[in-house]
Amino acid sequence: MAAGTDLTPTSYIGHHLTFQARPLAGDGGFWTVHVDTLVMTLLLGALAFGFMWWITRKASAGVPSKTQAFVELAVEFVNNQVKGVYHGESRMVAPIALTTFVLVLFMNAMDFLPVDIMAWIYHNVFHQENWRGVPTADVNTTFALALSVFALMIFYSIRVKGLGGWIHELLCAPFGSNPLLWPANLLFNAVEYVSKPLSHSLRLFGNMYAGEIIFMLLGMWAATGLVGVFFGSFLHLGWAIFHILIVVLQAYIFMMLTVVYISMAHEHH
Amino acid sequence: MNINLTLLMQAVAFAAFIWFTARFVWPPLMRAIESRRKEIADGLAAGEQGRQNLSSAEKRVADLMAEAKGRAAEIVAQGEKFRSETIDHAKVEAKAEADRIVAAAKSEIAQEVARARESLRDAVASLAVAGAEKILKREVDAKAHADLLREIQAQL
Repeated sequence: MAAGTDLTPTSYIGHHLTFQARPLAGDGGFWTVHVDTLVMTLLLGALAFGFMWWITRKASAGVPSKTQAFVELAVEFVNNQVKGVYHGESRMVAPIALTTFVLVLFMNAMDFLPVDIMAWIYHNVFHQENWRGVPTADVNTTFALALSVFALMIFYSIRVKGLGGWIHELLCAPFGSNPLLWPANLLFNAVEYVSKPLSHSLRLFGNMYAGEIIFMLLGMWAATGLVGVFFGSFLHLGWAIFHILIVVLQAYIFMMLTVVYISMAHEHH
Repeated sequence: MNINLTLLMQAVAFAAFIWFTARFVWPPLMRAIESRRKEIADGLAAGEQGRQNLSSAEKRVADLMAEAKGRAAEIVAQGEKFRSETIDHAKVEAKAEADRIVAAAKSEIAQEVARARESLRDAVASLAVAGAEKILKREVDAKAHADLLREIQAQL
């Protein structure tokens, strides 16, 4: 679809996996922005939270409308999950979990839209050449979310235990408070602190990225001929149905890990 | 896998969405949910209360009914007793009254008879006197013959 170049499998996949990158300073490097990821995130966030806000404006304690009941269902679901895991006092945790769940769910759900039709729409309607519609298939998004959670973890650790308590815990848990054990404890905790956001973000990214790639491979297969179209469509349908599970499951896992990490930050050792 | 400024911007967007949710979405929804939950709980409690009230009211009604039945039977028995007493009383009174009337009538009759006998005796005496005068052709001195007249009268 990239105009002017031959359509080979490599260019097809490469085209679909190229971000709309805009360097803000010099030749880019770190100072580059993926406009597609950012715009899609903001649009989806505005859609999801705008919808929920619109519902809350009309929310009544009486018999709820169907849309209000639906939103309340999601809110109650998240609230119950949070209550089951988190026993601290902060009242921000449940809204954080709700935001995470809804935002990740909406961003993941962009994967349902057929890659090639969306590429055509981006190209012909919005005149964008490289435009990726699934923000969670961008490692920047998942790291942004995971590192935000990481920051919240540290924030809550310090708030609950105090700065001294947190540092004491870094040095003295889990092996003991003997000064000889401090390096081992610190190393252990450092590995734990690094692995949390890493696994948190890469799990989501890997799932969504792989999902996208498989859709593209199946789409590519459909380009090989009639048999390819038949099997490609058939498998595409199967993968899309399976993907419904993945999308919701990954959003749920991401939310639960957020809550679990935050509640672990409250634990005293 | 190129980490760049997008990450920071996404983090800012995420923070903004969290703020928005915590500020505008979560509190009103939770308020609505909580107050509805409370309303439902209150409603269920009120229903339970109503059921209890109903059963206690039914019990009271049954008690009242039993009491009323007892009272009614008592009243009926009392009435029955009063009626029979009244009838007996009336019978006794009527008997006494009848006896009294009969006695009065009898005594009146006796008086009437006595009176009639008296007047008859007087009449016979005067007849006898008149007869005797005619026979004697002269006047009988009532005074002189009072003893005789009284004797005749007594014989009548």
